[in-house]
Amino acid sequence: MDFDSGRPIYMQIIEDFKKRMIRGELTKGDKIPSQREYAQSAHINPNTVQRAYREMEYMGLVETIRGQGTFVSVSDETIVKLKKEMVERLVVDFISDMKELGFTFKEIEEMIKEMLEKGGFFNDRV
Amino acid sequence: MIEFNQVVKRYGKVTALDGVTVTFPKGKIIGLFGPNGAGKSTSLKMIAGLSRPQSGTVVVDGKNPQEVKDKIAYLPEIDYLYPWMTVKKAADFVKTFYSDWDDDKYKELLAFLNLGEDMKINKISKGQRAKVKLLLATSRKAPYLLLDEPLSGIDILTREEIINTLIRDYREGEQTIIISTHEIAEVENLVEEVIFIARGRILLKQNAEELRLNEGKSLTEMMKELFRDAN
Repeated sequence: MDFDSGRPIYMQIIEDFKKRMIRGELTKGDKIPSQREYAQSAHINPNTVQRAYREMEYMGLVETIRGQGTFVSVSDETIVKLKKEMVERLVVDFISDMKELGFTFKEIEEMIKEMLEKGGFFNDRV
Repeated sequence: MIEFNQVVKRYGKVTALDGVTVTFPKGKIIGLFGPNGAGKSTSLKMIAGLSRPQSGTVVVDGKNPQEVKDKIAYLPEIDYLYPWMTVKKAADFVKTFYSDWDDDKYKELLAFLNLGEDMKINKISKGQRAKVKLLLATSRKAPYLLLDEPLSGIDILTREEIINTLIRDYREGEQTIIISTHEIAEVENLVEEVIFIARGRILLKQNAEELRLNEGKSLTEMMKELFRDAN
């Protein structure tokens, strides 16, 4: 993955894993790369990876079994929670960007409706 | 730990270091960033015990750098390899000086970096010479590894090989790596601690992740900003 050098790298590693868990690419019991492998393939400081893994362990997303590796340990409830958090953030960011451009809530609502009805940029209609 | 206290170094009328006080913490990968002529090479030479301050002190693990040369592996910017040597000859040469030479590691790195023992220094490319320098510096088990512009003038693939080698062999917590460079982008995510230097003075020293969090900027952007203000 490409990192945005203007934001802490360890946070971006965590976000990346969260996204993959939400999308179902990583599910409970899956083995993730060792810290060293991750650091080497992404060209980042091993201590940065260590910090990200440690925080993910703390959040209950992964668990490290001595001598075996690190495994996804996320529960279904946590996935639901993560999804909600991520969606909320996207919506909040979107709305605040739109407000900054001077749109009212009413206008934003109408634009979204119109977009969705037309199909907009999406292939799947909601 | 390496400590500089009020270090001054002049070469004739040129001031290379102008009262530098800074600490390089142990066990981290540290970036020493600054434009050409900032004092990076001079600083590394002092840590390696190859140059002495006119005033002030440089202390490595509580001792004078000259007394702890066996703790320090140094990759100089200049091409110091004898052109007539083969890789094996150059390795044998370094081996006689340092007791911490690790032959197994040397053999393994040789293969990893796609180098051959019978390669002759004056017959190989610039990128290969850079890899030989890295090989010689990292085949030792020294707790301090000083790299002076290890990536400058080297193609992108070789740069990646060098960075991979550093990450692969890095011993967290016990090994301290100092990388001096004016090309930050390449090592942006590799360094944990950054020290910006310009005109012989330290401009900033901080943890890289903290800097990103607090400033919302990349190290490259930070460097541009700092050096614009310094000029």
